[in-house]
Amino acid sequence: MKETAGTTGLIFNEPLLWEKGKTGRTAFSLPRRDVKQHPIDKNLQGNGPDFPDLSEVDIVRHYIRLSQWNFSVDSGMYPLGSCTMKYNPKTNERQSALPGFAMAHPLLPESLSQGILKLMFELEQYLTEITGMDATTLQPAAGAHGELTGMLLFYTYLKSKGTPRSKILVPDTAHGTNPASASLCGYRPIALKSNERGVLSPQAVDELMDEDTAGIMVTNPNTLGLFEENIKAVADIVHAKGGLVYCDGANMNAVMGIVNMGELGVDVLHLNLHKTFSSPHGGGGPGSGPVCVRKDLEPFLPVPRVIKKKGKYELSEDFADSMGKVHAFYGNIGVMIRAYSYILSMGPDGLKKVSQLAVLNAAYVKDNLKGTFHLPYDRPCMHECVFSDKLQEPYKVTTLDMVKRLMDYGFHPPTIYFPLVVPGAIMIEPTETESRENIDLFIESMKAIAREAQENPELLHAAPQKTRRRRLDETSAARKPRLSG
Amino acid sequence: MTIMRYLPHTPEDIAAMLKAVRIDSLEGLFAHIPDDCRRHEALNIPEHLTEWELNDHMDTLADSMAVSPDYKVFMGAGSYEHYIPSAVSFLVGRSEFVTAYTPYQPEVSQGTLQAIYEYQTLTSRLLGMEVANASQYDGASSLAEAMLMTIRVSKKKAVAVSRAVHPLYRRVLETYFEPTDLEIRELPYLGDGTTDLSPLKDMDDLGGVAVQSPNFFGCMENVEDIKQTLENKSALLVVCFSEPLAYGLYKNPGECGADIACGEGQSLGIPRTFGGPALGMFASKMKYVRNMPGRLVGETVDLDGKRGHVLTLSTREQHIRREKATSNICTNHSLCALAAVMYMAALGGTGFKKLAQLNYDKSEYLKSALTSAGFKLPFSQATFNEFVVEFPAGFKKTYQRLMKKKMIAGLPLDDFYPELKNHYLLCATEKITKADIDTLVQEIKK
Repeated sequence: MKETAGTTGLIFNEPLLWEKGKTGRTAFSLPRRDVKQHPIDKNLQGNGPDFPDLSEVDIVRHYIRLSQWNFSVDSGMYPLGSCTMKYNPKTNERQSALPGFAMAHPLLPESLSQGILKLMFELEQYLTEITGMDATTLQPAAGAHGELTGMLLFYTYLKSKGTPRSKILVPDTAHGTNPASASLCGYRPIALKSNERGVLSPQAVDELMDEDTAGIMVTNPNTLGLFEENIKAVADIVHAKGGLVYCDGANMNAVMGIVNMGELGVDVLHLNLHKTFSSPHGGGGPGSGPVCVRKDLEPFLPVPRVIKKKGKYELSEDFADSMGKVHAFYGNIGVMIRAYSYILSMGPDGLKKVSQLAVLNAAYVKDNLKGTFHLPYDRPCMHECVFSDKLQEPYKVTTLDMVKRLMDYGFHPPTIYFPLVVPGAIMIEPTETESRENIDLFIESMKAIAREAQENPELLHAAPQKTRRRRLDETSAARKPRLSG
Repeated sequence: MTIMRYLPHTPEDIAAMLKAVRIDSLEGLFAHIPDDCRRHEALNIPEHLTEWELNDHMDTLADSMAVSPDYKVFMGAGSYEHYIPSAVSFLVGRSEFVTAYTPYQPEVSQGTLQAIYEYQTLTSRLLGMEVANASQYDGASSLAEAMLMTIRVSKKKAVAVSRAVHPLYRRVLETYFEPTDLEIRELPYLGDGTTDLSPLKDMDDLGGVAVQSPNFFGCMENVEDIKQTLENKSALLVVCFSEPLAYGLYKNPGECGADIACGEGQSLGIPRTFGGPALGMFASKMKYVRNMPGRLVGETVDLDGKRGHVLTLSTREQHIRREKATSNICTNHSLCALAAVMYMAALGGTGFKKLAQLNYDKSEYLKSALTSAGFKLPFSQATFNEFVVEFPAGFKKTYQRLMKKKMIAGLPLDDFYPELKNHYLLCATEKITKADIDTLVQEIKK
């Protein structure tokens, strides 16, 4: 086995911000005062915040040291299933930082903001084309925010047809945001079991779908990494009862140029620009969750919408049936700029190649680890594959133990214990930006860990050992919450 | 095909990997997808650009935008132009922060976790609250989530919201409430620019009352009076904001009795970027923490007893509670929260107060220059860095003329408040110089 990336080195300790610093220091160059100080209303005056005073060197060292305690895509392979931790291109950062974009006020007159409006208009067109839908809104700020927007579209559309209905079908493989978003819109989620092949069966949908059910939320490819092969039949059943089909497009990275979502019978779909379209995850956001719809639902999209009139771009509120607004302004423009740059950098052939290689990498991992780990659904996979810890049970080694050990080898753990239908799930999404050598090393490391599980389970129970902190006590953190210092 | 720099596979790699999975071509990887689900035509999007062509294209788009220093933009209204120290931009751009995921694996995410813990702490101190979460999307979604939280805590069916709350935040709130059976009542504003509290006396069925301070007109609300009005009522007091720098000078929401403080944190070191990404700040009293939306980072110890941080109280969240979660939020605005804590740390308590005072003084100077020139300030209440001016009828023409001279003379209010014709909301932060103000007022007078 080649040497893995995981090692130990000199890592710095660093206290909390307020444990350092001294009153009288600052890291801020106070702008020159060219006007007189003005008295302030004493009844309203406060004391100002109790922040520590630090010098510029203090805060630079502080955050550089903290940054070194993080694992990131730029330092190593991050095969976190369903999160699409692909490489984040650096040119995208340059583009979004251009002063014309970064310093623009959102309420500038339209004549003075043509550049961003054009970018938004074109990005909507590209996303509409890539998904095969008819129209797109860029307003939602994240995937779950896109789901909420999608459910509000269901509500507004169905209400316009008579009644918004009260239930919605959500498969047991769905991400937790799906039922949470639906219930925020007053829809009661009805759990739908996937079949023994790990996908939806039309019969199961037919049994539950009725005229009080708004429709179904499907993830396709689903969270087992499988293509929902019955999606068209499912959509037909839902449509026949007057319902709508929502597709969680979190896994769009597997099917760009491969599948046309509009033709599958999908009515509303959200994308995660921070997954498929390469914008960085930022340690938990900001993301962006555009929503693409079929023609009938277009009048209900959030306002304002970017329109083009006589060669000029405008922000129009002129959509009487609109569901309203989900963001104070227009959504996460900074993330849109990155996604737009990515699409233009890749072009049509590049995007299709992305999906092909994402699937190739996952299939390669699946085939190579099959047998070492239990593969509950042994079928052709898309961009990710899901194993479990069943084969390691005799050694009293769990998924958690194994992925903690993987850190010592220099890899970020896969997604674990999700989807819920696979007990002890290990969900691996390598993404297309990992080379064959990296993936081979990952596979070898996983196999080495499986051997360790047999030969030296204690090593796994005690993992990780090379990280700055060992396993943390999450139970007492929740029992006696300490949420600020 | 051109070699793409983000795709490391050589033709030999592809061939070897396909062989290993016993599939004969890349297309063959998709053979299990039913044919009527396959896309048969190529994607109709532009051919790929080189990095250098992309730079040219993006430069052209960016150059068409009106930004400083070329333009003087006297506009706030929920998006503020402040200096951002280079150290903050540099640090928040560190790969280890930017390209990490949500810190679900704490042993390899201590950097993000400690930084967010510090963000929660400094946010709590700034707002005078006991607990702050790890962020929401923006001021508008923070307000919507806050009002839903007041409903969860109070079990009531109605909330009251001041008409002086940012009109775009109120529209988002209305959208969130639309599919529910919950009611939003509007509190009018008074002649001095603050909220009229008199309707509250007859409302005993409210779950929450929201005001913004400084409000959309820039005016400080008399939050302590509202707290008194709500005494012995079930309603929670929500204080919203779009300019948190004001709390360097004025009393913060907690000091005035807020149960929940929420709003927009873009001011704290985050570029405006046409309105997003911004930062939804959210804080409350500790007794309501289990009803709070969003992620929380807590302090704990590792197996060796060493201090560390983890995501905690996640039984409130969607990935555990699914439809019973306090919110559907998953991805939040972590990196923006990081920028905010770095900015707060860079200024320090001393710098924060000085910068707040300077903002106030600049806008007071703009006020006096405008009143000396004969323009009316309709609202008498104290303001922070923005305020409303009433210009003479026909000012639209002047506004257009100023635009040609690269000055944006505030935000016209009649779109948002039809009753405020010829009223404009003007803002002056530390980035506006005395000379800029003098030029603006001279040009307006012409």
